[in-house]
Amino acid sequence: MGAYIVRRLLQSIIVIFGVIIITFVISRVLGDPVTLLLPPEATPEQRAYLTRDLGLDRPLYIQLVVYVGKVLKGDFGQSFRHQEPAMKLLLDRVPASLYLSLIATLISVCIALPLGIISAIKRGTIFDQVGMTLALLGQSIPAFWAGIMLILLFAVQLGWFPPSGYGGLKHVILPALTLALFFSAATARLTRSSILDVLDMDYVRYARLKGVPEFVVIMRHVLRNTFITILNIVALQLGLLLGGAVITEFIFSWPGIGRLSLDAIYNRDYPVIQATVVVAASFFVVINLLVDIIYSATDPRVSRK
Amino acid sequence: MRRDLGGVRKDLNLIDVGKGTAKGERILKLKKQFRRIPKAAALIILLLLVCAIFSPLIAPHDPIKQNLANALKPPFWQKGGSMGNILGTDNLGRDILSRIIYGARISVIVGFAGVLFSGILGTFLGVIAGYFGGKIDAVIMRLTDIMLSLPYILIAIAIIGAIGPGLTNIIIVLGITQWVGYTRIIRFEAMSLSKSEFIEMAVISGTRWSRILLVHILPNVLNSAVVLGTLDVGKMIIFEAALSFLGLGVKPPTASWGGMLADGRIYLTFAWWLATFPGIAIAITVLGGNLLGDWLRDELDPRHQLKA
Repeated sequence: MGAYIVRRLLQSIIVIFGVIIITFVISRVLGDPVTLLLPPEATPEQRAYLTRDLGLDRPLYIQLVVYVGKVLKGDFGQSFRHQEPAMKLLLDRVPASLYLSLIATLISVCIALPLGIISAIKRGTIFDQVGMTLALLGQSIPAFWAGIMLILLFAVQLGWFPPSGYGGLKHVILPALTLALFFSAATARLTRSSILDVLDMDYVRYARLKGVPEFVVIMRHVLRNTFITILNIVALQLGLLLGGAVITEFIFSWPGIGRLSLDAIYNRDYPVIQATVVVAASFFVVINLLVDIIYSATDPRVSRK
Repeated sequence: MRRDLGGVRKDLNLIDVGKGTAKGERILKLKKQFRRIPKAAALIILLLLVCAIFSPLIAPHDPIKQNLANALKPPFWQKGGSMGNILGTDNLGRDILSRIIYGARISVIVGFAGVLFSGILGTFLGVIAGYFGGKIDAVIMRLTDIMLSLPYILIAIAIIGAIGPGLTNIIIVLGITQWVGYTRIIRFEAMSLSKSEFIEMAVISGTRWSRILLVHILPNVLNSAVVLGTLDVGKMIIFEAALSFLGLGVKPPTASWGGMLADGRIYLTFAWWLATFPGIAIAITVLGGNLLGDWLRDELDPRHQLKA
């Protein structure tokens, strides 16, 4: 198991390095920061001065090494738009994003688990068909449209929730529901199929043959063995949510990382774009790593593969 | 008497065609599989294609012709609506139904071209990684890890921001960001294939590696690629709509479902139909694609058949 963890750790480090390099490349593709930072009437001397000041006159590979070194210290430079470090801007937005992601995950689990479990246990019955149709429908509805429809129904027509903005539980419900809709559909389908896999196992058949009550079979033999798989799915979604809520945050004017990065892209504010991409990707990688470690600790078959 | 003989002969013929030859058997099996196609999904996709190909013939109005005197008319069943604009008109007086019918074109193009581009790229990398293994495999697999960890919506928006909006650029971005799924699965299959006897025989008999990949491995992984591709069409359509929704997609006034949603969002409080109908069009289309993909997977993937 130790060797497996070391290998996964090394892979994760390589991936984060890769992400850092990609953000460097993308920012170079995006355009010349000097033109963006200076007004059009700037003199050539001013341009040359800023180019030297930003280190853009040095060879690309040196720029890359300097960049990687700074990023590893959490320094992405000053935001072009706001006179603050990009990292600080990002960290200011983390609570809002985390809040939204956690509530969305909670809602998604509350919808998906019962749906997936019932569909699997009552496989082939009307419960299964209705459940899986709902899940398929949830996967087919674009999140941004669902968000607009939720606003239309619950904010415009019924007036139960505010249509947008940041705040307490009343504000978070609609955006969280929007995010949860899609993820609960995927989670329900995966939960169902992972339970079906276990239901086919010999030890489940044996337990039934032995005359163990069905409820106990499900609780002790089936759910216990699928729990880790389901935890895996949920954790991965949490990892995706942090960087993937861009459009939902846009619709609901939610001041999270997604909104920040969208504004940064519109303003070509590279330091902020780089910071959000690197942090969101690292978050995803770390969650993945943790899940794999938990996995290998609970199921020895994983690390042996 | 003669009639009886004829009957018998017919039966014989059927048996001959049905079971006697491998080809006949395959045709029968195909027919059987095809009969299980989800009717609703097939109908949806057919309707979509008809709308996209024959939009000028079907659409009741010109999709980009403005008529401000006729702006924001509700659908026909609401007060103030008329049969002239069945689903109402938008803020510029354009017919919503006609715009949805024309918008199908963009969705069809993006859906198919995006899948084709990402599918070919992903399958190619997957076959190479799986067949050669070793260092090449390690590099490609780390690349997929990196792609998976990147928030792809952000990356897509950033690239579009750099190279500019438009249909071709959207397809390029979809291709670059969505190939990972294919690579992972195809690599796994190519890996187990490359250990099988017929590949070893080909290697021993001196077949060039390019020929092995093309003639022996590729046809055997194509089923999976097709299944993945079908399941991905819906994702591509949603992706395009999302980009157009953010103003990074197809340029106005060309009708696209995502762009219509974005326009409709502004008028949400007093004209619900603007944002509602294009969204329904997207959802139904994606549902059709997903159902079709599920069906194909059940029919083409032997592992799934065993499970079911």
